[in-house]
Amino acid sequence: MFRRFKDSYLFYSFKQDKTAILSFAILMLLLVLGSLAPVIAPFDPYDPNSIDIMNAELPPAWAGEGEAQFWLGTDIQGRDLLSTILYGLRLSILIGLGAVGLQALLGILVGLAAGYLGGKTDAVLMRMADIQLSFPYLMVAIFISAIFQVVFGIGRYEQLAVPLLIVIIGLAEWPVYARTVRASVLGEKKKEYVEAARVIGLNRRLIMFRHVLPNSLTAVMVISTIQVANAVMSEAALSFLGLGMPITKPSLGALIKSGFEYIFSGSWWITLFPGVLLVLLVLVINLLGDWLRDVLNPKLYKG
Amino acid sequence: MSHLLEVKNLNVKFALRFGELTAIDGVSFTLDKGEKLGLVGESGAGKSVTGFAIINLISKPGYIADGQVLFDGQQLTTLDEDALRRIRGDRISMIFQDPMMTLNPVLTVGAQMIETLKAHQRLTNRQAREIALETLQKVRIPSPEKRLNQYPHEFSGGMRQRIVIAIALITNPALIIADEPTTALDVTIQAEIMDLLQALCASEKMGLILITHDLGVVSQVTEKIAVMYAGKIVESGPTVDIITTPRHPYTQGLINALPGSRQPGETLSQIPGMMPTLTDIPPGCAFHPRCNFKTLVCEMEVPLLMSRFDRARSVACHIKDN
Repeated sequence: MFRRFKDSYLFYSFKQDKTAILSFAILMLLLVLGSLAPVIAPFDPYDPNSIDIMNAELPPAWAGEGEAQFWLGTDIQGRDLLSTILYGLRLSILIGLGAVGLQALLGILVGLAAGYLGGKTDAVLMRMADIQLSFPYLMVAIFISAIFQVVFGIGRYEQLAVPLLIVIIGLAEWPVYARTVRASVLGEKKKEYVEAARVIGLNRRLIMFRHVLPNSLTAVMVISTIQVANAVMSEAALSFLGLGMPITKPSLGALIKSGFEYIFSGSWWITLFPGVLLVLLVLVINLLGDWLRDVLNPKLYKG
Repeated sequence: MSHLLEVKNLNVKFALRFGELTAIDGVSFTLDKGEKLGLVGESGAGKSVTGFAIINLISKPGYIADGQVLFDGQQLTTLDEDALRRIRGDRISMIFQDPMMTLNPVLTVGAQMIETLKAHQRLTNRQAREIALETLQKVRIPSPEKRLNQYPHEFSGGMRQRIVIAIALITNPALIIADEPTTALDVTIQAEIMDLLQALCASEKMGLILITHDLGVVSQVTEKIAVMYAGKIVESGPTVDIITTPRHPYTQGLINALPGSRQPGETLSQIPGMMPTLTDIPPGCAFHPRCNFKTLVCEMEVPLLMSRFDRARSVACHIKDN
């Protein structure tokens, strides 16, 4: 299995591409940092006992008034910024991946059914996708989180914010998947091996999931990378507007927002560091997506 | 006496925007157990559609308008989808023209063979694997154990066609429909594959319908031939008779076009003109614009397929004494 991968064209072109290697390294680093946040971070930003309001808005350690224990300074509530960023990174990645997982699940099922079954099923499902796409997701998100906060109260909202954001962002963009999958299923289902599978006497479900779907997944892989970046951005945007993660459990977007109010009073670091990290995360994912698209594009395939 | 397969007056139509199009028009033939039938004709004559119609797998906008397909006494044209699925791939298998396209590129050949078996029989994975191994040996694939775990792109064209044949054979079908099984292969591999098919038909007592435009292949393999032209059978009978004494002008033209009797450098004889497209089949005998013997009646009346000369031969032609 590993040897097969080592000899593959995918790995070969990865080795040739410096941008891809660098992006992959940075992405891995960020993923590790995010997932190991509770281990690495010097403080626990979710623990109110570790927070001292007297430490609020301390600049980074190398600046004049900085303290050595708060390497990147502290935010307005006196939390260590480094720890908070690590935990925020974790949340951003979690929400991004979760939302894309939900999008992919919904989109692939709908796209596969629409593309393979065709006819009325196709028409109904794709019109649903069109309708969904015609709603601005911010509007839907504002509605849902407003209703949610009223129904469950702010306290419960803090606990349920992560799954809620995953659902909101996931529901907002599944049509992207559905359309892509449908398009490649339409191409695949005319091929002879599908006909052969029908001649063999396989049932429709087996043909759809075992024969057509795996052959249509190339496009899904490519859009998945870009959709993860999009979902992270969406989450940041929602949090920035105050509709995302609460300030007690800030994601990168929520941190940027909380620092934004103090940027003109000189506390630039609260916004800058999470902002840089967010840009870096989205950038490397997009670069990897670009590389993957080039590699998997059969028109450019030379190996 | 009951036949393995009996096709009676089969009509297949395609509902298109500008009207209905008859792709198969009143095709009838029979096939007994272990018998080999060649279905011969130009591209577009309706050979492949006949093959698909037998297993009732005509895709839209086509449909079977009329006629019967009796397989082992069972009427296939009116059977429901579930029952048909149990017959397809189990009792009747099909082999396609291009082995590059008929295997799924993302599954190992073993997985595809096992999948076929498990679609029709209750087996454990290990049992299915055993049968897959045996079948690979039957189609003479070297080191089958290793081959089972390989993907289609790791096989050569001839090997892939063997795999396709193995998948068709794996359930011990009573009938195999081979749709131009050697067209995509080179001549030496062609001979090997045909030998293999012939040997397997003999040893497994399978019926074979060989769909091809290659009279050479048909004459070596089959016992009966049906010649199709523009959706109709124009001549049928035992292979030897058809090859040696073709009666229909079209069959005569086909056999004259074979390079066999020619000297190098000589031009091959050919049938003038093209087969009409199904949208504008000429009135009367569909072949008359290209026929050297045509008379007035050929342009007016459709000739019927009638047995002539002896009971095994049938010809659809107005000219009595050819």
